[in-house]
Amino acid sequence: MSQETIAQILKEYIYQSLTEKKRTDGRELYEYRQIQIEPGVIEVAEGSARVHLGNTDVLAGIKIATGEPFSDTPDVGVLTTNAELIPMASPYFESGPPNPKSIELSRVVDRGLREGEVIDLKKLCIEPGEKVWIMFLDLHILDYDGNLFDAGALASVAALASTKVPASQYELGDDFQLPIKNWPVMTTFAKIKDVTVLDPSLEEEKVADARLSIYTDQDGHVRAMQKGLNGGFTLDEVKDMVKKSEEKGKELRKILMDAVGGA
Amino acid sequence: MGMKSDIKLIDKKGLRLDGRKPDELRPIKIEAGVLKRADGSAYLEWGKNKVLAAVYGPREAHPRHLQDSSKAIVQCRYNMAPFSVSDRKRPGPDRRSVEISKIISEALENVVMTELFPRSSIDVFIEVLEANAGTRCAGLTAASVALADAGVPMRDLVVACAAGKIEDTVVLDLGKEEDNFGQADVPLAIVPRTGELVLLQMDGDLKQEELFKAMEMAMNASMQIYEIQKDALRRRYAVVAEEEKDEIDSAQEEAKT
Amino acid sequence: MNEEKPSVKRELVLPGEVVDTTGLRPGVGTYAENGTIYAAQLGIKNISKNYVNVFPLNGRYIPRYGDKVIGIITEAGASSWLVDINSPYPAPLHVNDVPWKVEFGNTPAYLKVGDTVLVKIDGVDEAKHVRVSMKEQGLRKLSGGNIIEIPASKVPRVIGKGGSMINLLKEHTGCRVFVGQNGRIWIDGDVDGIALAIRAIKKIDEEAQTIGLTDKIREFLEKESENIRRN
Repeated sequence: MSQETIAQILKEYIYQSLTEKKRTDGRELYEYRQIQIEPGVIEVAEGSARVHLGNTDVLAGIKIATGEPFSDTPDVGVLTTNAELIPMASPYFESGPPNPKSIELSRVVDRGLREGEVIDLKKLCIEPGEKVWIMFLDLHILDYDGNLFDAGALASVAALASTKVPASQYELGDDFQLPIKNWPVMTTFAKIKDVTVLDPSLEEEKVADARLSIYTDQDGHVRAMQKGLNGGFTLDEVKDMVKKSEEKGKELRKILMDAVGGA
Repeated sequence: MGMKSDIKLIDKKGLRLDGRKPDELRPIKIEAGVLKRADGSAYLEWGKNKVLAAVYGPREAHPRHLQDSSKAIVQCRYNMAPFSVSDRKRPGPDRRSVEISKIISEALENVVMTELFPRSSIDVFIEVLEANAGTRCAGLTAASVALADAGVPMRDLVVACAAGKIEDTVVLDLGKEEDNFGQADVPLAIVPRTGELVLLQMDGDLKQEELFKAMEMAMNASMQIYEIQKDALRRRYAVVAEEEKDEIDSAQEEAKT
Repeated sequence: MNEEKPSVKRELVLPGEVVDTTGLRPGVGTYAENGTIYAAQLGIKNISKNYVNVFPLNGRYIPRYGDKVIGIITEAGASSWLVDINSPYPAPLHVNDVPWKVEFGNTPAYLKVGDTVLVKIDGVDEAKHVRVSMKEQGLRKLSGGNIIEIPASKVPRVIGKGGSMINLLKEHTGCRVFVGQNGRIWIDGDVDGIALAIRAIKKIDEEAQTIGLTDKIREFLEKESENIRRN
């Protein structure tokens, strides 16, 4: 990935505004950009969803096949997550093998889906030890304007919730809706000097010192976290963000469930 | 080309599986300027194909050894999303997409005024989000709209379309089953102003007169698609055209002072 | 400027479309073939004197001699800096072209990577090698304030007819605003003023399509500056 030189004035200006509790796009410190979730956009995929988070645009697609389970979990289905930061999305993304940034994104999104038990994987076993349903979740980043984590997580859960398992194609009975168990959502904070903001824009990400992503479920439990960048957080800051994450997670979850018609 | 099948691709009335006549295109929809970060972009639906194209540049060519001191290079990356086809496609370039990227780059290079931007690169990204036969034509057609949207100087747009043969009949714009079970496919692209062919491929089995018929059919249809391309660009810029003029004049005055 | 108005149609043209067959001369954004002139890019057709031009509505900044642009230092070498001027071509700034006496190897003492500078395009050769200079009154390192980027082709919109738009911005935000020809805009003032100016410029960028933009922006600025005063 090529490097971008960040203008020093940008960082100073963003920080100065934040100390007055103002963001350059007019948002509150803990306010999300506009969120738009559109499930079922790719007909040929078993499940899909496109998410706009401000100008960030992410498409998640799900393909399903049958295959062998992992030997240590012979009776559950398999979910694999992959993310591509395609060069269309940003002048600084390049083609080529997955880079650390896309690998971190896919692993963090995946961790929350797994630990948050979005899907009841037990119901996706066809024959223990022999055959299970395998789901490939691919995140395609189309337009990058910051906070791919939250957009990616929303798109993933929305796509999964819209997924039909193509059982009839494999002569394994009727097609069925993927059994959704939980609704984990991720909220990401960025820290610029000593101020934290929710849902960092690209500009804020560029000048951020530290980042924290927190996955919470509908009971307010924390299911996965990831700290990024070379800056640090205090314990109090983390506690505060976890609380905010639960609160903001409720808003996100409502938008998500309304969009996919979740129970 | 295709395998044998029992599927009847043309019915007694001479209509095709999706009800089209032999010389009928699938519905095509184009929207220009759909992405924020890219310098230019276009979204295109062609039948069940869904394709996004984005353009960045002219920008510094990377890696440096690719730079040409006399002109810009046009670098296209055609890529299929893993979920765009029935069986998941492994992410990343395969031999097919490398070849398609190359011929699309060459077709676009024909119209882009590369001589104006020595040492730079004009990068064209085509993402096939959903594939249903004919994605290279869809991708090239979208890419040319994205280039114009990016304000890249070019002599003309490029339009692509395919024709082929199914059940011994020459037909326009093969659909998925027709592509799988048909006898030949001829994707091509033209520069509408001159009618010059800038992309041409063929596979299958055609008599010479069938080939020429197919090419003429695809070239005629390209002119219809060209209108859709222009319409997409006009819709995006229509209102700007209404009032921009004066400001350009005064800004150019401003720049002088 | 005299008020003699040539018969101008605000006509949108697309690459490859015919813009003249009457014997005018090909101007910017056009090309000629066998006596016919065609548009070489998407833009607005303009006839001025006996030239036909196509002014772009979109596109990258291409450096021209004499343009004043806002650059960001990306490298500090022994006797020159490299400046990103938002164009396909990064531009060297030589120590001889700055208003200070810089000793060999001491460039970072004057300009560091990440610093923002107001410079002039001092030379563009055929292979598009660009040189920039800071040796002219007003050219300097910029500190404080903020910079934002818009497509260079929209610079005319931010300046407005006879400078109407930029004056509107300055008036309502109390900021100093400098619009670089390369689409970078530097704004300095208090935090509220800068924030408002940025929002207004983004609005200009996003709503470039709408009719009556100047009035719309005036309304926006009046309403928003009122809000700020009240708070």
